[in-house]
Amino acid sequence: MSNTPNELFYTKSHEWVRIEDDGTFTIGISDHAQALLGDIVYIELPEVDSELDAEQDCAVIESVKAASDLYTPVAGTVIAVNEELEDAPETINGDAYGEGWIFKLQPTSLDSVKGLMQAEEYSALVAEDDE
Amino acid sequence: MANRTPLYDQHLAMNAKIVDFSGWEMPIHYGSQLNEHKAVRSDAGMFDVSHMNVLDLRGREAKVFLQKLVANDVARLKSEGKALYTCMLNEQAGVIDDLIIYFIREGDYRIVLNAATREKDLAWITEQSAGFEVVLDSPADLAMIAVQGPNACAKTEQVLGEAVGNKIAKLKPFNACFCDALFVARTGYTGEKGYEIILPAGDVVALWQQLHQVGVVPIGLGARDTLRLEAAMSLYGAEMDETISPLACGLDWTVAWQPAGRNFIGRRALQAQRDAGVSTKLVGLLLEGRGVLRGHQKVISESGEGEITSGTFSPSLGKSIALARVPVAMGNRCQVEIRGKRLNARVVKPPFVRNGEACYKELVEQSSTHNS
Repeated sequence: MSNTPNELFYTKSHEWVRIEDDGTFTIGISDHAQALLGDIVYIELPEVDSELDAEQDCAVIESVKAASDLYTPVAGTVIAVNEELEDAPETINGDAYGEGWIFKLQPTSLDSVKGLMQAEEYSALVAEDDE
Repeated sequence: MANRTPLYDQHLAMNAKIVDFSGWEMPIHYGSQLNEHKAVRSDAGMFDVSHMNVLDLRGREAKVFLQKLVANDVARLKSEGKALYTCMLNEQAGVIDDLIIYFIREGDYRIVLNAATREKDLAWITEQSAGFEVVLDSPADLAMIAVQGPNACAKTEQVLGEAVGNKIAKLKPFNACFCDALFVARTGYTGEKGYEIILPAGDVVALWQQLHQVGVVPIGLGARDTLRLEAAMSLYGAEMDETISPLACGLDWTVAWQPAGRNFIGRRALQAQRDAGVSTKLVGLLLEGRGVLRGHQKVISESGEGEITSGTFSPSLGKSIALARVPVAMGNRCQVEIRGKRLNARVVKPPFVRNGEACYKELVEQSSTHNS
């Protein structure tokens, strides 16, 4: 069973969003997504200061199997990226919600999370996927 | 309707992630493709390859028929059990499939075909066999396991018992023998030592479990691909297909030109290509920086453009590798276009890894002066 923390928001394309105390968003991929991808061997991170539209592809994650695009869940400006992943992309496999975070966003609107799924809804989607 | 091998329930019990492979529900990995890859390079792994097809060909004219059917020459098979790797060509010299032919005895050959090409292969072989005194038999109740890795032979011999173990231990690479209902071959698709075992479907679960009990790890199709790519073994549909001749994809060594009078299918077209000069070659690429080379990416150099046929991250080398079809004049440097960016790569002579060790050869940059 995949791990799906309650305090996070999720997308259909398997990204997660954490709302930080300062109103910025931290974004990564879900435990379910890392399991689907398999061993991750390379990541092309978003560029800091780039302005992204909601659901825009902004990074590429490559596993031994294939390359997959990462989509930003909401619109905003990239304020930080997890450069540690360049040398250790497998961190995403081991700790998708912690050390495996991918980038931080200053969202255009705080309300933008309203369009995202909560843990319960996302778990149901993943359960369907696993059928 | 998806096909399942007799080992399907074993895969589920071992936590396999199942994917569709040419109409077969096969394991892509059992948790970690990287760990599986490393198990084969350092110890022993087992693969369910029961989706591949066995075709037995017998008859008074079996030999002369095969001498017409395939580009390599079965006359090279002099001792019983010897195996031959060959391409089966169409009249245009494109590759219909690559296959292994085992010489069982005079007038008796066993052929192993790819799963994805089964129907067209059988149709083609049947069509070509008209007028030859041969019988084609495609036994449906067989299964196949490959056991590969530095400890694969010892562990397989242990499991199969003393009598069989002693017999197969004497097999040289690319040789096979029957041990009652088992057909055991010293062949594989990983660049490691090991066996491929063809056996009755009813016996395969027990063998799989016994191998697992002595520490042989199950390996999915994911690691099968990274292992064969490190070993620079061609994959039908990637390195070659019906539009590519063996001369253009690094398989010229599988074509037997002698005797000149052997009129195998595709020979005329192949000879014409050879006379005109082949414009491409298959090379290995090593990506210098970060990133992952993948099939169909464009290869760029001063001597022209080529294409990656298979690319991946090499678990053994810790960097990305690829096989690519490029202009014959390409030197030892090139660039690969990945998502609009051009990244530097080195052109090397594959294989990349054999018997657990890096073994690729750097190309020496050819002098630009001509002494003709």
